[in-house]
Amino acid sequence: MKVGLFVTCLVDLMRPRIGFAALRLLEAAGCEVVVPAAQTCCGQPAYNSGDRRAARLLAEKLIAEFEACDYVVAPSGSCAGMIRAHYPELFADDAAWLERAAALGARTYELTDFLATVAKFDTLPGNFSGTVTYHDSCSGLRELGVKAQPRALLARLPGVRLTEMNGAEECCGFGGTFAVKFGEVSARIAEKKCDNIRASGADAVVLGDLGCMLNIEGKLRRMGDEKTKVLHIAEVLAGES
Amino acid sequence: MEVRSMHFKARAAEAAADRALQAKLTTAKGLFVEGRKRAVAEIDLEATREAAKAIRDTCVADLDLWLERFETEATKRGGQVLWARDGAEICRLVTDIARRHGVKKAIKSKSMLSEEAGLNAALEAAGVQPVETDLGEYILQINDNEHPSHIIAPAIHKTKEEVAELFERVHKRPRKTDIGQMTREAREMLRAHFLSADMGISGGNFLVAETGSVALVTNEGNGRMVTTLPRVHVVITGVEKVIPTLEDLATLMRILPRSATGQTISNYFSVLTGVKRPEDTDGPEHLYFILVDNGRVDLVGSDFQDMLRCIRCAACMNHCPVYQTIGGHAYGWVYPGPMGAVLTPLYVGMENAVDLPHAATLCNQCGVVCPVKIPLPELMRKLREQQVERGLRPWGERAALKLWSWLARHPGLYALAAKFSVRYLNWLAGGEDRIRVMGIAPAWTAGRDFPAPEGKTFRELYPEKHK
Repeated sequence: MKVGLFVTCLVDLMRPRIGFAALRLLEAAGCEVVVPAAQTCCGQPAYNSGDRRAARLLAEKLIAEFEACDYVVAPSGSCAGMIRAHYPELFADDAAWLERAAALGARTYELTDFLATVAKFDTLPGNFSGTVTYHDSCSGLRELGVKAQPRALLARLPGVRLTEMNGAEECCGFGGTFAVKFGEVSARIAEKKCDNIRASGADAVVLGDLGCMLNIEGKLRRMGDEKTKVLHIAEVLAGES
Repeated sequence: MEVRSMHFKARAAEAAADRALQAKLTTAKGLFVEGRKRAVAEIDLEATREAAKAIRDTCVADLDLWLERFETEATKRGGQVLWARDGAEICRLVTDIARRHGVKKAIKSKSMLSEEAGLNAALEAAGVQPVETDLGEYILQINDNEHPSHIIAPAIHKTKEEVAELFERVHKRPRKTDIGQMTREAREMLRAHFLSADMGISGGNFLVAETGSVALVTNEGNGRMVTTLPRVHVVITGVEKVIPTLEDLATLMRILPRSATGQTISNYFSVLTGVKRPEDTDGPEHLYFILVDNGRVDLVGSDFQDMLRCIRCAACMNHCPVYQTIGGHAYGWVYPGPMGAVLTPLYVGMENAVDLPHAATLCNQCGVVCPVKIPLPELMRKLREQQVERGLRPWGERAALKLWSWLARHPGLYALAAKFSVRYLNWLAGGEDRIRVMGIAPAWTAGRDFPAPEGKTFRELYPEKHK
C-alpha cells in the first residue's frame, strides 16, 4: 500500500515533528510512505479567498504529485477536506481534470480516518499519560465525518483518559485568513473555546489541525494558561520520537 | 432600511469586546440550539430536510407559474395581489392603500420585508401611526425605532432589566421585574391599539398557491389580532415565499418551528384565506398581498438561486460562532448571520457589503443545520470569487495572495522562503516559545500569542532524517 504523505504547509513551517509523527504512524501501520519533495500547499487559502485560478493551479500541481499513490494522507482535516470535498468543484468545467481530481479525492484521507478505517491500525506506539479532551476541527468533522476515529484511536492508549468538553464541535475561530481579517472576533471565539477546554479539566487538548492548534495554543497562553498542553493527535498516537 | 454594512469591520470589533452582549446571546443560543437538537430528534431529519429542499426548489424553478396560480386563487377569494419591485414601491403601495381606506393607525405583526422597505417611517410621513405588536418589535419601536438584531428574536440583544427600565420610562408606570408582569403591561398598552387600528400589516411565512392563502407562524397571538381585527389586512412578503400546496405546507411546518425555536409547532399557526365572508364572525373586509422582488428575481438562475429556498428560521445565526460573538447589528442591514452575509451583498450591492462574505470561518455549522440545505459557506465563497473577479479586494491582500500562490508553484523558491520565514519568526520569538507582538499580523497578536515555529521546516529536516 503506497501512501503519499501530504505534510501540509503549516506543518512544514511550524511543526515538522507532527509530519514525522504521521510518517512513523503510517510506516508502523505497514504502509510504504512517499513524501513528494516538491509539495507545497493544497491551495485552500486561495480557494477561500476567492482566487479560483490560483487555487486551481495549485490543485493541478498536487494532483500530479500524488496521483501515483494508492492513498493520500494528511495530518489535517482541513487540507484533506480541500482535496476530497472541494477539488472536484474546482474542476467542474473540465471533464479530464475533474476525473483526475475526483479519483484522487476519493483516495485522500485525514490521518486518523485513514488509520482507523483504511489501515485498521491499532497497535499504537503512543505513551501519553493523562486526561485529554478532543477538539473537533470543522472541516474534518463536517466535510469528512472525522469524529469517532480519533477517539477510537485514543481509546487504544492505556494512559489516556478522554473527557469531552462542552461545544467540542464548535469552531475555534481560526478560519484561515479570517483570523487576521477579523482578529478581534476570531480571538474572542478562541477564548470561548479555551474556556470550554479549561472547564473540562483535561491536561491536554488534542486536535487534528494546525490552524486550530496555533489559534488555541496562542489564546491559552495569552490567557495565562501555561499548563494545558495543546497536542496534535499524530504526536499523541506516535509518542516521542 | 439604511445600509450600514460597509462599517462591518469596525462594528464587529466593537461588538466582539461587548461581554454583556455575548452573555445575552449565549443565553438565547442555549435555548435555540438545545431546543432545536431535541426537536429535530423527533423526526427523520435528513429525509425531512431533503423533502423541504425539494419543495422549495420546485417553487423557485417555476416561480412565475406558482405566483400566477397564487394570484388567481387569492383573487378568487377576494384578495388583491400587488407587486412591488423594491422597498420604495412597498411604501408607496401601502400608503396608497392606507389613504384609500382612510387609515389612521396600522398595527403590525413581524415583517422583515417592512424592515427592508423602512415602512414605518413612510407610514408616519403619510400620517399613519404604525404600531409594532410583536413583543420584541414593540420593545425596539418604543426605544426610538431601534433595528432588530435577529430575524425571529428581534430584541435578543436586550436584557430583562434593560426592558424593565425602558417600559418604566416609556409607559410611565412603576417598574416591573417579573417577565410575566412586564408582558402583561405590554399587552395592556397594545390592547387599545389592537381595538382602534384600521389596518393590519403582517409578513407571511408561506403563500400557498393552490388556495391563495398566507401561512403565519407566530408565538404571541398578536399575529391573529393583526390579521383579523382591522378591516384592512395587508400581507407583505417576498415572491420566493410561494409554495404549491397545503400538503407542502405541512411538510415545511414539520421542520420550520423545530429549526427556529425548537418547537414541535409554534404556539399559533394560521392559514388565512380570503376576505371575511357574510357568515364569518371576523376577518378583514379588504385583503391585499404585496409580493416583493427587491433583488429576489435576479437570483433565479444565478449562482445564488439556492438562497431563495431560505425559510427564515434563523438556525444559521443561532449556530454561527461569528453571530454568537457579535450579534446582529454589526451586519448593518436587515438580515444578520450567515444568511445575511449572503443576502445582504446580493440585495444591497456587493460594494456596500464587501466584508460580509468574509465574516465567516466557513465552519459550516450553518450549512449542516439549514432545514432546506442551503450551502451557505459555498455561497459565501462564490461571493468572494466575485469580489476577486471585480477587483473589489484591497490591494495588499491581492498582492500577498499573488506572491504566496506564485511561490507555492515554485517549490525551490518556496523552500527558501519557508526557511527564511521560519528563521524570521524565531527571531521574533526571541528564544521564547511564542511571539507576543507580530508586526506583519498585528490582528493576530492583539488578542492572542502566535506559537513560535520549531526552528527548521519539515522539508529541511526530511532529507537529514531519511537518508
